[in-house]
Amino acid sequence: MDFPEDLKYTREHEWARKKGTRIVVGVTDFAQDQLGDVVYVELPDVGDPVKKGESFGVVESTKAVSELFAPVSGKVVEVNDPLSDAPETINEDPYEEGWMIAIEPADPKEVDALMDAKAYRAFVEEQE
Amino acid sequence: MAQRTPLYDTHVRAGARLVEFAGWEMPVQYAGILAEHEAVRTRVGLFDVSHMGEVVFRGPKALESLNRIFTNDLSKVADGQAQYGCLCRDSGGIVDDVVVYRRAADDLLVCVNAGNRAKDYDWLAGHAGGADVRNESDDWAQLALQGPLAAQLLQRLTKVNLSQMRSYRFAPGEVAGVPCLVARTGYTGEDGFELFCPSAHGPKLWDALMEAGQPEKIQPAGLGCRDSLRLEMAYRLYGSDMDDSTTPLEAGLAWVVKLDKGEFVGREALVRQREQGLAKKLVGFTLVDAGIPRHGYAVQQDGRKVGEVTSGTKSPSLGTSIGLAYVPTALAAEGSTFAVEIRGRPAAARVVKTPFYVRK
Repeated sequence: MDFPEDLKYTREHEWARKKGTRIVVGVTDFAQDQLGDVVYVELPDVGDPVKKGESFGVVESTKAVSELFAPVSGKVVEVNDPLSDAPETINEDPYEEGWMIAIEPADPKEVDALMDAKAYRAFVEEQE
Repeated sequence: MAQRTPLYDTHVRAGARLVEFAGWEMPVQYAGILAEHEAVRTRVGLFDVSHMGEVVFRGPKALESLNRIFTNDLSKVADGQAQYGCLCRDSGGIVDDVVVYRRAADDLLVCVNAGNRAKDYDWLAGHAGGADVRNESDDWAQLALQGPLAAQLLQRLTKVNLSQMRSYRFAPGEVAGVPCLVARTGYTGEDGFELFCPSAHGPKLWDALMEAGQPEKIQPAGLGCRDSLRLEMAYRLYGSDMDDSTTPLEAGLAWVVKLDKGEFVGREALVRQREQGLAKKLVGFTLVDAGIPRHGYAVQQDGRKVGEVTSGTKSPSLGTSIGLAYVPTALAAEGSTFAVEIRGRPAAARVVKTPFYVRK
């Protein structure tokens, strides 16, 4: 299981990466493993508002539907559109090609409050 | 606490992901649902289905008694032949859908759904009609070897002549030295076999099949792909697509209801329902819009709920979203359109012919 050091993490198993003024968001390696084969993804549109802790989309495996929760509040400024035709990318490369949305955060400091890699790893180990 | 099959340790060793299903701790996947689905459609997969129950009718009254609580007609099948059908209540509601293996007129094995083991045994024993009815569910392990290469693999392990065994036929015989009932039945739409053996021999039989199946790249397969495989065939799943409140006619199982065979439990209600016409029917549909239909989603017409999705997934073989739903009879014809409500939004759907997947 991979937990990149440069990312921040939520208890709902999303990761957040600072990229300039934006926050790029996806789901973790642990999340994709738990989901199993991802066959469908539904993401918001550019310009949509998102709120920390609230649903911004869904991923679906063959068996189940899982909601995606925003790690920070703000506005969606970019969406990884190729995922809708290749949702398996989320399984194959959750931290890079499998990114989902980029958010322009309302409060640039909000992301700092999320778990770091070490804390998230401990959180996941607790779950297992 | 969930029950475990005799293969539990085997699954843990094989790295299965276990989930609770119908009160059983069962493997949902090993390599991944899509990979396992593909393996069964193109090669061969091995399932542990020991959670299924077995109730046996014996004695001179066995055939007659079982036939009086079974919607299909067991007098029409030969010894060594299996038959699918329903057990119905007086109301016509489905107690369970089962496969009956007619070993002889005085010895019939009823394979029942895992979640219905106790209910079915009570129902069957309560309608024994002089037959000796026993719940042998714990005595049997059951493995399903399914896929186009199943026969060639299995033939290397048994003297039973599989080339002479047609679909829905079975015979007793040893497989890898394990005494089995070898049946050419399954729930995947592929050629394949279900092997019933004494519980204690289950792990040995599993290991022998896995080892012998190396040339065929045999894949252990879990309940996840069992569900996607059966849904591509539009095989109904008890508890999802039908239950005590739905009848076989509504569930599209009229082909296993023999109203002319004579008296059986539920017959009167079913005759009446056929005369009055059905208010709702189970249909197969594909989504025209994006999304995946799921059990419990509303079927809408003109913004009003008129039915309900009972099963749905994205078909691994076809790449399209497929499902089964109860809809008003007026919407049941092939080509009819309705909407499925997915997260508050209507997604267009069209009724199609089933099975969704046709074996090449």
